[in-house]
Amino acid sequence: MNNTDKSLLKEISETLNEKAEVYNIRKNGQSIERKVNDYINIVTKENISGIDIYVKENTLFGIVHIPVIITESGLTDVVYNDFYIGKNANVIIFAGCGIHNDEHKDSEHDGIHRFYLDEGAKVKYVEKHYGEGKGRGKKTLNPTTEIYMKENSSLTMDSTQIKGVDDTIRLTKASLASNATLEISEKILTTQKQTAKTAFIVDLNGENASVHVTSRSVAEGSSYQEFVSNVTGNTKCYAHIECDAIIKDNGNIKAIPEIYAKNIDANLIHEAAIGKIAGDQLKKLMTLGLNESEAEEVIIKGFLK
Amino acid sequence: MLELKNINFRVDNKLILNNINLTLEDDKFYCITGPNGSGKSTLARVIMGLTKPDSGSIIYNGQDITNLSIEKRAKLGIGFALQTPVTFKGLSVYDILKIAIGHDLTKKEACAILSKVGLCAKEYIDRELNNTLSGGELKRIEIATVIARSPSLSLFDEPEAGIDLWSFKYLTGIFKEISTKKKGTTVVISHQERLLNLADIIILLEDGKVKEVGNKDTMLNDIFKPDCMKGDHDE
Repeated sequence: MNNTDKSLLKEISETLNEKAEVYNIRKNGQSIERKVNDYINIVTKENISGIDIYVKENTLFGIVHIPVIITESGLTDVVYNDFYIGKNANVIIFAGCGIHNDEHKDSEHDGIHRFYLDEGAKVKYVEKHYGEGKGRGKKTLNPTTEIYMKENSSLTMDSTQIKGVDDTIRLTKASLASNATLEISEKILTTQKQTAKTAFIVDLNGENASVHVTSRSVAEGSSYQEFVSNVTGNTKCYAHIECDAIIKDNGNIKAIPEIYAKNIDANLIHEAAIGKIAGDQLKKLMTLGLNESEAEEVIIKGFLK
Repeated sequence: MLELKNINFRVDNKLILNNINLTLEDDKFYCITGPNGSGKSTLARVIMGLTKPDSGSIIYNGQDITNLSIEKRAKLGIGFALQTPVTFKGLSVYDILKIAIGHDLTKKEACAILSKVGLCAKEYIDRELNNTLSGGELKRIEIATVIARSPSLSLFDEPEAGIDLWSFKYLTGIFKEISTKKKGTTVVISHQERLLNLADIIILLEDGKVKEVGNKDTMLNDIFKPDCMKGDHDE
């Protein structure tokens, strides 16, 4: 790996170091480094590009890193990664994609991640997307995440796209059995002419299944963002969707909420708030000695923390 | 020393501040009081730069600060605790104290500041500044952001507003400590006798004008004397 590779990796996977026990590093469409242990195995798919990750039942404190880096301009990398999480296993998965594009050709990564959680499995999934480079070539990331959750399983997903990605279409789909819990926190910052579209489609099928989605986004410059949530409550269940957005300059944000209760005991909430930075917040920070642009920076940084 | 000279401020043709002339001396504890709508909060906001007066000048330690921005006034040593504290998504109590103090601070230092306003630091330091905190807690944190800066002129806009009796009792203690230290000038806008009692000087505003300025004993007698006992009715 050269210095560009290392710095991209650092941006998307800070915690990956020489002590890591399980990882698969993918560069420009190929796996370049891999390590597994007795509890977690990674196998290359045969017919399509991608890997299968198997976490044995009852695995405790498992940590998996599967970063992707793209430094070749003009490459479209499509990858299918499937995660099979055994009964009562407890694992943290760090994924993410960093694109460095200094040329004029477009680079794109479409990661399709499917999670199959067995009964009682617990997953924390951390995903970070980042783009850099001086070229005119676009940096596009289109992640799809599908989550299938059995009884009593839980998944927490932290997704961050802070900088440098020109276009993104993000799709997260989930179906939850009884007592399954899904928590998603998404943070997106778009600048200049970037666009980001994100959609959550969640089916709450089992009794007492619950989902909580928190989306915080900032649209600066003349960027555009779209947030769609579509939650269906088929039984006694709970959903809380929050979309909080700050617009700056000529940024545009559209939020489209859709909640569908198909059962009398389904309790579904959707909150969406879009607006510029509150004047009171700016003024308070200015009374503490910050100028207006420093105050804005603090507010946005905190908002996306 | 702060001098306000001929300060006027109008909203929709209504005179909110009407030719205010005041001098606030160093290391004194002032209370500004008066009926609702008398211009107290506006006056404090004018001093901090949150509201720009239509005319008049503000001189702080010999420097004309009338056209100075809020942050420049803050850097000159003026601090302001808002009547309604502002909440921030994603900023913790520690973050706001760090901003207030203007440099990195250890958790121990942050805890020391919080304990001054009676908050158990361990419970609060990592809490987000949002509405899960009660009105009293937010108010104490707001006051802590001013105390953290050790300003030479501290303005507190109705610290008692919107808090319960128990929090108020504690707040009185905080201001009592400030008043006994006699370090820097303190200006508290209040209706509360217990806070007015701490003042060296009380300023009474009415209809945007300074009606009376005097020492605590004289002023309190006058303010809290029933109307029928006041001079106008004696004859």
